Amino acid sequence: MNEIVPVVEMTDIAIGFPGVKALDGVNFRLFQGEVHALMGENGAGKSTLIKALTGVYTIDSGTITVLGEHQQFQTPAASQAAGISTVYQEVNLCPNLTVEENVLLGREPRRRGSIDWKSVRSRTREVLAELHLNHVDPGSLLSSHSIAVQQLIAIARSVEINAKVLILDEPTSSLDADEVRQLFRVIRDLRDRGVAILFVSHFLEQVYEISDRMTVLRNGKLVGEYLTRDLSRMGLISKMIGKEMEALAELDQAPARTRARTGSEVTPFVEARGLGRKGSVSKVDLAIYPGEVVGLAGLLGAGRTEIARLFFGADRADEGTIRVKGVSQKIRSPRTAIDKRIGFCSEDRKEEGLIGDLSVRDNLMLAMQASKGWARRIPRRVQDELVAEYIATLDIRPANPDALIRNLSGGNQQKVLLARWLITSPELLILDEPTRGIDIGAKTQIQKLVNKLATEGMSILFISSELEEVLRLSDRVAVIKDREMVAEIKNDDVSVEDVMTVIAGGSQ
Amino acid sequence: MTNRLAWPVIALAALVLLNQVFRPDFLSLRMQDGHLYGSIIDIMRNGAPTILIALGMTLVIATRGIDLSVGAVVAIAGAASCAYIAASPEPASPVTAGMAVLIAVLAGLLLGVWNGFLVSTVGVQPIIATLVLMTAGRGIAQLITGGQIVSVSNDHYKSIGAGYLFTLPISILITAAVFVLAAVLTRRTALGTLIEAVGINPVASRLAGLRSRNIIWIVYVFSAVCAALAGLMISSNVTAADANNAGLYIEMDAILAVVIGGTSLAGGRYTLAGTVVGAFIIQTLTTTVYTLGIPPEVTLVFKALVVITVCLLQAPKARNLLRSLKAAPQPGTKEKVAI
Repeated sequence: MNEIVPVVEMTDIAIGFPGVKALDGVNFRLFQGEVHALMGENGAGKSTLIKALTGVYTIDSGTITVLGEHQQFQTPAASQAAGISTVYQEVNLCPNLTVEENVLLGREPRRRGSIDWKSVRSRTREVLAELHLNHVDPGSLLSSHSIAVQQLIAIARSVEINAKVLILDEPTSSLDADEVRQLFRVIRDLRDRGVAILFVSHFLEQVYEISDRMTVLRNGKLVGEYLTRDLSRMGLISKMIGKEMEALAELDQAPARTRARTGSEVTPFVEARGLGRKGSVSKVDLAIYPGEVVGLAGLLGAGRTEIARLFFGADRADEGTIRVKGVSQKIRSPRTAIDKRIGFCSEDRKEEGLIGDLSVRDNLMLAMQASKGWARRIPRRVQDELVAEYIATLDIRPANPDALIRNLSGGNQQKVLLARWLITSPELLILDEPTRGIDIGAKTQIQKLVNKLATEGMSILFISSELEEVLRLSDRVAVIKDREMVAEIKNDDVSVEDVMTVIAGGSQ
Repeated sequence: MTNRLAWPVIALAALVLLNQVFRPDFLSLRMQDGHLYGSIIDIMRNGAPTILIALGMTLVIATRGIDLSVGAVVAIAGAASCAYIAASPEPASPVTAGMAVLIAVLAGLLLGVWNGFLVSTVGVQPIIATLVLMTAGRGIAQLITGGQIVSVSNDHYKSIGAGYLFTLPISILITAAVFVLAAVLTRRTALGTLIEAVGINPVASRLAGLRSRNIIWIVYVFSAVCAALAGLMISSNVTAADANNAGLYIEMDAILAVVIGGTSLAGGRYTLAGTVVGAFIIQTLTTTVYTLGIPPEVTLVFKALVVITVCLLQAPKARNLLRSLKAAPQPGTKEKVAI
């Protein structure tokens, strides 16, 4: 295979944003007639690499060669002109134009200066037929078709411009099984015709079904390039997560907690049956007992956050039921969840947690004040007592209630957000990646706190990408894979490998 | 707070000083027939409607919104009250004047509920939602007045905009009362903090359990009621309702006052005191133009220059630039650092 010249060759690519190295020395090759999967967890640099190739980002260093020609893409248009076509997760066509207008947008055949609609129609028919889309009327509005068909029409557009490289970024995330099959048939057709296809997906099984080779990225760095048939699912996962897991486990360990006893006679605080939401997650059966820590394990993007959001009402579930203390409840909004004594620390501190321009005090008091309503302001004296108490207990630094929260370090911001919920004394606390991106000291403090809270009787749903952390803290682990809950493991001497086997398993 | 207010206050002081230099009696006050007179009083009185509207606008802007309909609300409130007085059997009685005020305030309340409904419940972008009423409102006002300028003669009504109480113009007292009320309402309750939270990060606010819909509704209602009060002042001052011209472009002055006062159009932290200072700056500018004898054709350009200067002084980027300009012409004082 080495004698063949790759269609796309990216060498030693680096892209940096203020404070982050998004890509660092990454090599990537894409050959004619192959489906190549780009793998990595969220934030590994997949999107950045694609954006470098499509001209959305300009690379800081490295070289890009397309069809033997050295390229310096400054704009997406330049990349398209070089034969690279991209279909994004969110279809980026014009919903209010017809199918044929979309397929030929900007390249309409002309006759004496005006658009030759007859050839537009016949050309569109040809292209659609190539993709087995004969049933689609070229004159119908794009928006009248399902997302799956729209995606295929986007692909039709790249067939029409005779693209040499087709990039599919999470094309299957909003498709059902039949639609995925239809898409894969088209992908294989195109591959057999010599198109080089770059495929990005969080769904492991789909990657194994469709791809010939894969490139794995982690933290902006290249892990390696593998033939799909040579790399086991286990091997892939450990390459995506990284080997330093073992090392991390040695760090200052939170003491093991006496595991909660969950007898059948106890009512769970919350119990979900068949919980799901279209386009998000499905089949979640999960009960959390008082004083119990339940961990959610799974790769990033597997659907862990989505489950947390359903429990908290941040997204509304459209199937299944939730019982709180044995009583069936509809959790329509975060506010309803809070009234049921549920709290939620989002993984996205900056966008979904902090009110950056307000003080530590205001941020701490926000959830409690919100549930009291604006008219009943919590008296300053009470505020001062609570804030001082939590700054001391959680060791928040600087210990200044009037500091703006955006000026605190990540770990201290996280503690403030934790305190925001602790003040409301919730019975269930959902922690989504509470220790991500914070220093090891704060991390250990938060782990110890989780232990302590559970011992005091709080139910905790704990989500983390670090399996060790999940295993160390949880009484039970629910395994999430490809947006479904696939297993529930009782955590007695379960090893990281055991859980990874479950994540990797399934159809093997 | 003090820091954010510094530049607007300095700008205002500079303007006042400029006036004082050119007209030594600028700051002097005199008592005549038990009424206070002087340029300062004039500025406050003429600026009262703008200040009122700018106070409401501040809270709207703090939630990341904007209210373009205030000028139209001014027209509707004036039209409704004057039309009521003109049609009433006792057009000069105090009860009629009281009813007229009530009608104007109720009209404001209703229009604010409408704006709040469009923004918070329907989810229309604020600029579009209030554009609807900005355009339609003048039409409504014209319908009420029948396309005519409705003149009234009711001394009680006239006193709202032109009367005096405790030696001071009543319009100043009303404005001061609304300012105090707004300050107390937002800072003695949690409303101010929650308004800021919604403006700074709506997503995080929702996840913290905040009902942003109610908050947004409150600020639009408050803004419209402020505009209605301003409409009363304007129409009572001239004892007539002019559906076409009452409060024309006042939304622009109000937005300007908010921005000059140091509240960001991006929403979040706001300062009511800053807004008042901002409105004073705008009003003092108008006076300054006359004091300096600037020809009318240059007036708007002069105003624009002052406004741009004040805004630039508040921008961190411009301030850094100034600082580096100041620091730059001192070669030799700093050692060169090899890179």
